[in-house]
Amino acid sequence: MSKLCKTLREAMERAGLQNGQTISFHHHLRNGDYVLNMVLEAAAAMGLRELTVCASSVFDCHRPLIGHIQRGVVTGLEASYISSAVGKAVSQGVLDKPVVFRTHGSRPADIMSGKTHIDVAFLAAPSSDPEGNCSGKYGPSACGSLGYAFADAQMADRVIVITDCLQDYPLAGASIGEELVDLVVKVDAIGDPAGIVSGTTRMPRDPVALRIADLAAQAIDAAGLLRDGFSFQTGAGGASLAAAEYVRRRMLEKKVRGSFALGGITGYMVDMLQAGCFQAIQDVQCFDLKAVRSLREDPRHREITAIQYASPWAKSTAAAHLDAVVLGATQIDLDFNVNVHTDSDGYIIGGSGGHTDVAEEAGLTVVAAPLSRARMSIVVDKVLTVSTPGSSVDLLVTQYGIAVNPGRPELRAALQSSGLPVKDIRELRALAEAINGPAAPYRPPRKRVAARVLGRRGEEQDAIYTVQ
Amino acid sequence: MKIARQAAAGSLESSDILVTMAPGGGEVEIILTSSVENYYGDAIRETMRRTLEELGVTSARVEAVDHGALECTIKARITTAVRRAGEEARL
Repeated sequence: MSKLCKTLREAMERAGLQNGQTISFHHHLRNGDYVLNMVLEAAAAMGLRELTVCASSVFDCHRPLIGHIQRGVVTGLEASYISSAVGKAVSQGVLDKPVVFRTHGSRPADIMSGKTHIDVAFLAAPSSDPEGNCSGKYGPSACGSLGYAFADAQMADRVIVITDCLQDYPLAGASIGEELVDLVVKVDAIGDPAGIVSGTTRMPRDPVALRIADLAAQAIDAAGLLRDGFSFQTGAGGASLAAAEYVRRRMLEKKVRGSFALGGITGYMVDMLQAGCFQAIQDVQCFDLKAVRSLREDPRHREITAIQYASPWAKSTAAAHLDAVVLGATQIDLDFNVNVHTDSDGYIIGGSGGHTDVAEEAGLTVVAAPLSRARMSIVVDKVLTVSTPGSSVDLLVTQYGIAVNPGRPELRAALQSSGLPVKDIRELRALAEAINGPAAPYRPPRKRVAARVLGRRGEEQDAIYTVQ
Repeated sequence: MKIARQAAAGSLESSDILVTMAPGGGEVEIILTSSVENYYGDAIRETMRRTLEELGVTSARVEAVDHGALECTIKARITTAVRRAGEEARL
C-alpha cells in the first residue's frame, strides 16, 4: 500500500490516531508554521478529544491552539518554549493539567528513553519523496536543519510526513529516512516563508547592546578562550547576536582558527565560517536564509540532531565541547539563577529552549543583557522562575559592568587583571534600583500550577503559577 | 497653571510615557495604564501628582499610557504637556 495519502485526515485515520493520544511537532518553521494548526483543525473535524501536544516550541502563529484547548480537543501541552500569545492563555489557566516544560536537550532525551511516549509524530518537511525521505534544505518552505525532529521520527509509533514539495524517489540529500516514516501527505503549503526564517539577521545598532557585546567579547578573551580550537554559540537577538561581531573581530585580529560554531545558526555564524574563524558549523536550527543556503551548499556546515546537540544522556554532545556561549535573560538573581520563562508579572513569554543545556555544558557561560528594560531591573533578588540554575552561569555582562559568579574566583581575577569593569552582582542590583527607583514588592499569587519546569535530567526544577 | 485645552507629550515607545492633558472639573484626575503597574503604578501616580502640584495645576484630567518610563521622563512629559495645554501668559 502506498504511503501517500490524499488528505491529512486520511493520514491521521490510517495512523489510527485515537482520543487521549500524544502527537508531536517540531518548530523549524518557527512563526510561519502551518502544520500544527492544520493537524489540530483536522483532529477537531474528526471529533478527536483529549490529545496531548508535545511540541519542541510553540509560537504566536499557533494561537488557534487556544481554541482547541477550550473545546477539549487538546488537554495536555508539553514544549521547550511557548511564546507570549499561547503563553498568556496558559498563564490565565486555560489548561487544567499543568504544561510540562523541558529543555531542547531533555525533550529528545525523554523521547529516546521512552519517558515521553509519542503516538503520532507530524514532520513538517520542506521537501520529501513519496516514501518519506525528507529534508529541510530544499523547497519553497526551506528551513534548513530539521534537528529537533529526529527523536520524534525515531521513536513515535507512527510518523506522518507533511510536505508542500513532493520530489521523485529517492530524495537526494534527505536527512530523515524512509525507514522511519509511515505516511506522507502533500499539502499546498506547510508554512509562510516570511515567518519561517528572516531574510537576513541584522546586527543591532543600539549603542547599549553594542557596549554589552563588546564587554562580553573582551571577557571571553580575558578568560583565555580565544585560541585555536575555540568553539562558540550565541543567540540570534540583541546583545548576544552583537557579541558574535566583536568575537569575530578579535578572532581575526589574533588569527585564531576556531573549531566550531553551534546552535541556532544565523548568517553571522556563516560569515565567521567563511572568514576562517571556524572549521565547522553544527546546526540544530537555521534562523535566516543565509544559514539555510550555507547548510545546503557547504559541507562544513552540518545538520545535527537535538540529541547530539544537547541530550544529557547522549554518549557525547556538541554542547559538551563548547568553550563559550552568550545567552540572554529576562531576569537574573543574586544567585545567578536565570529566568527566560516568565515576564515580571508572571506571564509565560518563552522557555529554556537550549539555554539550560548549553549553560550547563559550556566552559564559559555569559549572560548578556541590559541592566534594565523599560524600568524593570534585570537583576532581581529572586527570579520569578528558575529556567537555568545559577550554578551553570559564570558571568553577567551589562552596560555598567560585569558580575562574576562567586564560584569562579579565578575567572574574576583574570577579568580584573585585564582591566575589565568587574562588579559584585549586588552592586549592579543597587545601581539598577538607584536608576529605576525602588519597586513595590510584588509577587504573583501562587494558587494553581500552570506549568512545571523540568530540569535537564527530568527533576522538578520550578513551577509557574496562574496569573489572575 | 490653568489647563485651557487638550495637549499631549511623550510617545508609546518602550521606556516612555504618553501624557494627555485636558481641562478638568475642579480637581486633578489621573488615569494611568502602565506596563509596570504592579511594581511602579503607585510611584508613577505620585510623581505625576507631585509634578502637577509644582506646576500649580489644580484642575485637569490627565491620561497616561506608560511603558516603563523613568521618573525624570515622567516629570518631563508632564511638564511639557502642561505647558502645551496651559493658558499662555500675556506679555
